[in-house]
Amino acid sequence: MQQYSGFGLFKHSLSHHENWQRAWRNPTPKKKYDVIIIGGGGHGLATAYYLAKEHGVTNVAVIEKGYLGGGNTARNTTIVRSNYLWDESAHLYEHAMKLWEGLSQDLNYNVMFSQRGVLNLGHTLQDMRDIERRVNANRLNGIDGEVLDPQSIKEIVPHMDCSANSRYPVMGASWQPRGGVARHDAVAWGFARGADSFGVDLIQETEVTDLIIEDDTIIGVKTNRYGDIMADRVGSVVAGNSAVIAKMGGFELPLESHPLQALVSEPIKPVLDTVVMSNHVHGYVSQSDKGDLVIGAGIDGYTGYGQRGSYPTIEHTVQAIVELFPMFSRVRMNRQWGGIVDTCPDACPIISKTPVKNLFFNCGWGTGGFKATPGAGNVFAASLAKGEMHPLAEPFSMFRFHDGALIDEHGAAGVAH
Amino acid sequence: MFHIYCPHCAEYREEEEFHAAGQAHIPRPLDPEACSDKEWGEYMFFRKNPRGIHHELWVHAAGCRKFFNMTRNTQTYEIKEVYKIGEQPSVVAE
Repeated sequence: MQQYSGFGLFKHSLSHHENWQRAWRNPTPKKKYDVIIIGGGGHGLATAYYLAKEHGVTNVAVIEKGYLGGGNTARNTTIVRSNYLWDESAHLYEHAMKLWEGLSQDLNYNVMFSQRGVLNLGHTLQDMRDIERRVNANRLNGIDGEVLDPQSIKEIVPHMDCSANSRYPVMGASWQPRGGVARHDAVAWGFARGADSFGVDLIQETEVTDLIIEDDTIIGVKTNRYGDIMADRVGSVVAGNSAVIAKMGGFELPLESHPLQALVSEPIKPVLDTVVMSNHVHGYVSQSDKGDLVIGAGIDGYTGYGQRGSYPTIEHTVQAIVELFPMFSRVRMNRQWGGIVDTCPDACPIISKTPVKNLFFNCGWGTGGFKATPGAGNVFAASLAKGEMHPLAEPFSMFRFHDGALIDEHGAAGVAH
Repeated sequence: MFHIYCPHCAEYREEEEFHAAGQAHIPRPLDPEACSDKEWGEYMFFRKNPRGIHHELWVHAAGCRKFFNMTRNTQTYEIKEVYKIGEQPSVVAE
């Protein structure tokens, strides 16, 4: 793999940047792999990368029906934070946060991780009680967090309406300075390039049409372009389409796929250098390096695989943003899109074994999967390599919906992931 | 955006008046005490979530506030039919 560096950039400028090595190969798959990962999004590619790097499992294929990082990795609002209430999720997301902090160096790829801080606003007394509880829980778990009053919020985000006259006055906020944003495409590309350099085969434009199962054990997958490909272990990391793969395996998951919409405005001058989220007025906003406001909110309530949602949802989202930032009321929106998010009843992911032996699932991230990309990939890789779940992944078994040990993050982290 | 026919109001109304309430036709176990953890968990949490024809429960929240069922394609979002609680769908997935 060609190392990227400032000197390399200079060297290639002499040949007009025409001789850069391709970031990854486009190989024809072998007949058999140690591990097949279904789904070449951020989580799938991170899994492949850590399998090769940390566990020496390099005979790995990632099978992607579209192109790499073309699903929810390309569609999210890029927010990274780890201020979750419950121990299980806090540990998992904090594991991801620690990996984020060294990710660009580790991958030799600038993922533009910017720790600009995340504000979660409170607008009611109950919001404030929840925020104080969550911040205290975070600090006990070694995660940075502060409770801010409106005056301190005003200092961080001077353009936000923190006055007592607004319809839902801002009463305070939780503040995680280590939170921030990252460049979503770069994350997928960095992991893809890293995985490829260890010899992982990234098979694009190939759809898994069925699973090959014998005696309740998976032995391979059927594909639409390369026929049957055998594997000792298979990891499914297909987000919104998890139910479809699960059906091939003959079981159901406690998931419902919903459209989640986001939108970006026209580029404007720097105005917002942090991430603002509000569960109560229900929206979140940050400004990208390009200058556009990146805006999102809740899911559409119905089940949908269409990667698009309904107009009223966008309207509610924008109402919330204008409520917080009246000055944005004249900003024009540039693009709007939807992704399919697989939501769990307890708003926590599933990283789990399944009723089919050697078939593992990483899914159910709902609206908050991007922030966990390196952490989820890391623990899922460890689980695939050993055949036993990583300790951080253990509480997220799909069988928790049978034994009742749910991780109820819904009210805790709120809807605005 | 959906334009939904409410079978109780016998009118088309805009989507904003409605709420989706998840999968339809989930019978509550007749004897919950006799359920195993697995059966109860599946009744509570496990859903069909198909890509294609799906039967859903909707409520006309800002209208007559009554529940009804809908058969809808989750990929194209086309509404195939609406029918009242207790009725069976005429369009089913093959």
